[in-house]
Amino acid sequence: MANRSSFDAPLLQVRELVLHFRTSKGVVQAVDGVDFTLNANEAVVIIGESGCGKSSLAKAILRLLPRNVHRYTGKTFLYGQEVMALSDEEFRRTIRWNRIAMVPQAAMNALNPVLRVGDQVAEPLMIHQGMRKSKALEKAVEMFRLVGVPEDFVHRYAFELSGGMRQRVALAMALVTSPDLIILDEPTSALDVLTQANIMNQLKRIKKEMGMSFILITHDIATSSELADRVAVMYAGQIVEVGDALRFFQEPLHPYAQKLMASVPRLRETKDPEFIVGQPPSLINPPTGCRFADRCHRRFARCAEEPPVIEQHGRLVKCWLYTEDGVNQRDASHSRHQD
Amino acid sequence: MTQATADIKIDTTRDERVKPASDAPSTRPEQGALLSVRNLRVWFELRRFGFGHAGYVRAVDDVSFDLNYGETIAIVGESGCGKSSLMKTILGLHRPTEGEIYFENRRLNDFSRREMQWYRTQVGYVQQDPYGALPPFMNVRRILQEPLIIAGVKDPAEREARIRKALEEVKMTPVEEFLPKFPHMLSGGQQQRVVIARAMILNPKLLVADEPVSMLDASVRVEILRLLRALQQAHNLAVIYITHDLSTVRYFSRRIMVMYAGQVVEQGEVNDLLSNPKHPYTQALIEATSDPDAANAMKFREVPSGEPPSLVRPPAGCRFHPRCAYFIADVCDKETPPDFDVGQGHLARCWLYR
Ligand SMILES: Nc1ncnc2c1ncn2[C@@H]1O[C@H](COP(=O)(O)OP(=O)(O)OP(=O)(O)O)[C@@H](O)[C@H]1O
Ligand SMILES: Nc1ncnc2c1ncn2[C@@H]1O[C@H](COP(=O)(O)OP(=O)(O)O)[C@@H](O)[C@H]1O
Ligand code: SF4
Ligand code: SF4
Ligand SMILES: [Mg+2]
Ligand SMILES: [Mg+2]
Repeated sequence: MANRSSFDAPLLQVRELVLHFRTSKGVVQAVDGVDFTLNANEAVVIIGESGCGKSSLAKAILRLLPRNVHRYTGKTFLYGQEVMALSDEEFRRTIRWNRIAMVPQAAMNALNPVLRVGDQVAEPLMIHQGMRKSKALEKAVEMFRLVGVPEDFVHRYAFELSGGMRQRVALAMALVTSPDLIILDEPTSALDVLTQANIMNQLKRIKKEMGMSFILITHDIATSSELADRVAVMYAGQIVEVGDALRFFQEPLHPYAQKLMASVPRLRETKDPEFIVGQPPSLINPPTGCRFADRCHRRFARCAEEPPVIEQHGRLVKCWLYTEDGVNQRDASHSRHQD
Repeated sequence: MTQATADIKIDTTRDERVKPASDAPSTRPEQGALLSVRNLRVWFELRRFGFGHAGYVRAVDDVSFDLNYGETIAIVGESGCGKSSLMKTILGLHRPTEGEIYFENRRLNDFSRREMQWYRTQVGYVQQDPYGALPPFMNVRRILQEPLIIAGVKDPAEREARIRKALEEVKMTPVEEFLPKFPHMLSGGQQQRVVIARAMILNPKLLVADEPVSMLDASVRVEILRLLRALQQAHNLAVIYITHDLSTVRYFSRRIMVMYAGQVVEQGEVNDLLSNPKHPYTQALIEATSDPDAANAMKFREVPSGEPPSLVRPPAGCRFHPRCAYFIADVCDKETPPDFDVGQGHLARCWLYR
């Protein structure tokens, strides 16, 4: 984890990140002005419903872009270094894999079927760091141990492995180059609970023992709390709340985040979960005001305008309720509830 | 439905079938076991190219349970433990290798093709993946028409009325808006509603739902589970709810069966079993299931490592023994535990309770 431009700057700062796609029906605003910061040895989880832009955000950070990009703007700083300014070639050579690695969504189904899994884990080292094969294979075995794959599996092919083992191999591939940061896109969503719990244990261990930092993307809110230091909630291409996990899970602020939390079935509580009426808006021509407005139980006149991002006790929330205008609304609705 | 109607099976059930779904509760005074599964085994023959027979996959290995009219039961277990094989056998899609299935006291194993056709009208099926469940080139009207046509509902006006009714029941309104839509124009949650409407349209007595919400977002998941529960109550439906997610079973079913490696290792009343799990495997499943809580990040979960065993050569004795923290040497690895009653019909298949 060398090559840090500034030890004072946070590990990753994402500013005004935008990724729009061109489609036959119009421009899809998959990522639309995303800001967040990640400190070293921290895990931020990005939660949100299907289609809200989580995977697109990961792709935008790693500059893994499809052909139909309409707009790709914003800034990302890695330890203070502006990486969006790098040429594609430089980014590929110095940042992707070496500094920021990713376990893509459904990675376990995307392993190369004709390559032994050990060789696949060794490959990034040979390609991105020019390491000799024998040395790279040694490193691969080390990674297998770290993620809980039996060492002799290095000689096997992907189809000979269970889903859980394949997902661990994908994780080993991301770890092998010793990046500063790993982005995990739905790493356990397709796995059984015991396998899921085992892999989350492994991630916690890697974070603690190696000081690794993570961005964990998932729609599974319960599992997200297994790793989260901070939580960012995404809705319709934007982040609507970011805050410390401890406080977020106790008391989410944004009305969408509150509803989302209330929809999670809980094993240890008997309260019935609720659902959010309606669907997220289309990301082609999304509403100009608050994107959650048509489903929001707290909506008021001001919500027809796009909400600003408000800072409250170190938490960020994109909602009019937390402005001066909204304070009155909040009081009003509280007294209404009490009546 | 009365016993008389049931006896006549195919020929006059037609009259029964054309009744709108809303007539259901009043025409259903039945009590007792709707479905009985007795020592069921479903083994698949394993063939290796060039070698012929190479053993059996024991997907379901000695499973017994009863399901009463209007009762809900959850079957919980990890992937590959045999949940879908059990369910498909109950649906008549696989033949039992051994053992019996009785539906309204009639032995499914002996059903003729016509009886099977009748049986299919009695049992609705909601499958795991809504995205693969609906034919892409049929619109919602066609999709819901098919089962009615197969069941012999000849009058188009009658069919249309029942289609509308079914869509209203799954809250797809205004109905006109959805009738002409094709699956790709619907969200995952709406697709699953159509699947449910299709499963309900013949007014079945039993609904089998195989992981009906595992592919859906949390908020949609709750919506669909609530819908299923409302239908269950309105029609006094018996439901088999198959899931790997323990956190949803309480909202949905009264009884629960936990499966491991082709066998039921624990069963009982839901609240009792979840708050007082006896089998080490059930305990592990509960330990591994998280509720959203920031404290989770501060601790490791004590779960057994390893993976479920091969069903071709399952471990001798208790199938969980290679992963079990309470393993008793020379007992657990030698003899298969029977079901021990740990109180009020709560059964655990584990030597700890001998
Ligand atoms: N290459 C592309 N071209 C056009 N639209 C795209 C492209 N990739 C993604 N989208 C659209 O962008 C939006 C966000 O997609 P994305 O995959 O980022 O969502 P997600 O939050 O990761 O969802 P999931 O939880 O289902 O993985 C969706 O509407 C999707 O259809
Ligand atoms: N038609 C089949 N032929 C051979 N093996 C099968 C067949 N269907 C299921 N199996 C095997 O039976 C076991 C149980 O599978 P399944 O019932 O689908 O489990 P679950 O639904 O609990 O995930 C698995 O090992 C699976 O591979
Ligand atoms: S800005 Fe208004 S509509 Fe949007 S979440 Fe806040 S209160 Fe609801
Ligand atoms: S029978 Fe023995 S090995 Fe099996 S679950 Fe009970 S204690 Fe564990
Ligand atoms: Mg995604
Ligand atoms: Mg299955």
